[in-house]
Amino acid sequence: MTRYYLWLALRSLKGSPWLSGLMVLAIALGIGAFMTCYAIFHAMAGNPIPHKSDQLYSVRLDTWSPDEPYMEPDLPPDQLTYRDARYLAEAGKARYQTAMFRVGMAVQPDNPDVKPMFSVGRMTYSDFFPMFEPRFLYGGPWSREQDGDHSPVVVLSRELNDKVFGGENSVGRKLTLDASDYTVVGVLDTFNPVPRYYDVINGSAFGDEDEFYLPFTLNDQLQKRSIGNNSCWKAPPENSYQGYLDSECVWLGFWVQLDSDADRRAYKDFLDNYVREQKKLGRFERPLNNHLDDVMSWLKVQRVVADDAHIQLGLSFAFLIVCLLNTVGLMLAKFLRRSGEVGVRRALGASRVQIFLQYLAESGLLGVGGALAGLGLAVFGLAVVRKISPDIEVLTHLDTGLLLFALAVSVAASLLAGLYPAWRACRIAPAAQLKSQ
Amino acid sequence: MLTMKDLSKVYRTHLVETHALREFSIHVDEGEFVAVTGPSGSGKTTFMNIAGLLEEHTGGSYQLDGIEVSGLSDSQRSKIRNEKLGFIFQGFNLIPDLNLFDNVDVPLRYRGFSSRERKQRIEKALEQVGLASRRRHYPAELSGGQQQRVAIARALAGDPRILLADEPTGNLDSAMARSVMEILEGINADGTTIIMVTHDPELAARARRNVHIIDGQVTDLTSTFANTEVGVEAELGATA
Repeated sequence: MTRYYLWLALRSLKGSPWLSGLMVLAIALGIGAFMTCYAIFHAMAGNPIPHKSDQLYSVRLDTWSPDEPYMEPDLPPDQLTYRDARYLAEAGKARYQTAMFRVGMAVQPDNPDVKPMFSVGRMTYSDFFPMFEPRFLYGGPWSREQDGDHSPVVVLSRELNDKVFGGENSVGRKLTLDASDYTVVGVLDTFNPVPRYYDVINGSAFGDEDEFYLPFTLNDQLQKRSIGNNSCWKAPPENSYQGYLDSECVWLGFWVQLDSDADRRAYKDFLDNYVREQKKLGRFERPLNNHLDDVMSWLKVQRVVADDAHIQLGLSFAFLIVCLLNTVGLMLAKFLRRSGEVGVRRALGASRVQIFLQYLAESGLLGVGGALAGLGLAVFGLAVVRKISPDIEVLTHLDTGLLLFALAVSVAASLLAGLYPAWRACRIAPAAQLKSQ
Repeated sequence: MLTMKDLSKVYRTHLVETHALREFSIHVDEGEFVAVTGPSGSGKTTFMNIAGLLEEHTGGSYQLDGIEVSGLSDSQRSKIRNEKLGFIFQGFNLIPDLNLFDNVDVPLRYRGFSSRERKQRIEKALEQVGLASRRRHYPAELSGGQQQRVAIARALAGDPRILLADEPTGNLDSAMARSVMEILEGINADGTTIIMVTHDPELAARARRNVHIIDGQVTDLTSTFANTEVGVEAELGATA
């Protein structure tokens, strides 16, 4: 009977093209607006590394002022001081651990046809790569030994490798950054998790990907400062780079991989013991307040999904409801206009359930039409968002999952909208209709 | 075939209670052609609606082809309607945006017949009423008499046990009415029971049995049936 219901639905829709078009448009507008906002929200709120998001932890230690918390209610700073980050990284108590910060450097290609350029990269430890699992096009990461040796090596992004080496396998070749040469050991495939969970603090959760990666330990010579956030609650002990490194300024992200609860507890104990020891040296004047946040907790703590996104999603959902209510009204008018036909069908043997299903099929078909048109509007809406805000371009894509979700939402919404009109249609008393025909 | 005993039907609103049928008893045997007459508002249509399981009665009992229909669910009543009953209405009640073939197909779809069987039955029914060549036409393209013949074909396609005709010639001129009546007589001659409501005494006279309803009760019984033992008992509960 399903085919019969769909055939009848199709005939009915073709029989009243304007009214059907109006209903499809109402659904499409609602779905289009909702899916535009939902696509952005979904990208913001998604789990960027689902298979191990509960094994990766951001580390926070409360080195802040004894007079006031870094942030209410009694939250520690989001980043670490250089001293703490360096110690934790080299203590090696977790399976993997890395400190990191973003740097800007000038790239000077050997090829005279390629102009020098400013490039943003990341200084980090070799553990960054097995922790966050970027895929390599060529070569691989540098080793822990090279961390220790301060080796002048570099891993390039696909984009920078394309620009400087024309996309060739550049492993073993030299790249000049800020007038120093580095040996390319690896080239990543496109690596831009959304959101960029391991560095959401510096306003780069949805920004461009890093173009190169250098060993953190090289900074002993480079003496770079982060191009990201830097927060201090008291002045450095002396006005020099070493003074900055020894200061209580926080500017380094720190992540560890802990594979089990036992590992997590052990690492927390290690952090607490470290802070207790530091307290004896006159640091960490606030009560013990160390935090380990896994990826999803970290994104929540950092409010990666902005309140605005929640509000927009809520408003677009409300708009979808308004559109559906309009559709309910239109469907009701259309279905009840066919009361006579319902009476005839009932007399000829259709049960209430069959009439209900017939009209529900028509609602579903309207939903499919609304979904297709709505997806078109969503694609258009996202293109407009891209145009207006190029910096969140990465959030404005509809993948297959979202397309299927939109289709499911639209059909479900239309079926929902069709429930009441279909129910009213199936409750029509046939006798009254047959006499009045 | 059809037995109603002490049947009543009361319509209630918050202001008023209307007794459309009261202590209504009738028995119709298989193969009968019963004409139901009576003034407007007497309860003829209510009787037909209840007989056709389009409405539920308030009290009494109703047996259709040996099945007590009181208390049956909607789907059970719909199944009986589909399998045992055929309807012909004064206003034809064809579905305007379906062609003749698809109109006749409607009850067969709910019956669950295969595509092949439906096609055979539809073609046979349309041939029976002389409209096989116009099966792709739409109701609006036909005269009133032709539309009623399509309605008859639709009613016949499922081989019903009883044909319920509510003023089937009410919207037709006399020539078309005669033609429709001839078709009904032919159907009855083939063994299908027919109950027909009519205001036309001439048509009523052509039925093999007349039942008169007034004020919701069977008040008169005129059988034109020669052998009264064969079929007919219509009893007036209140006045018998």
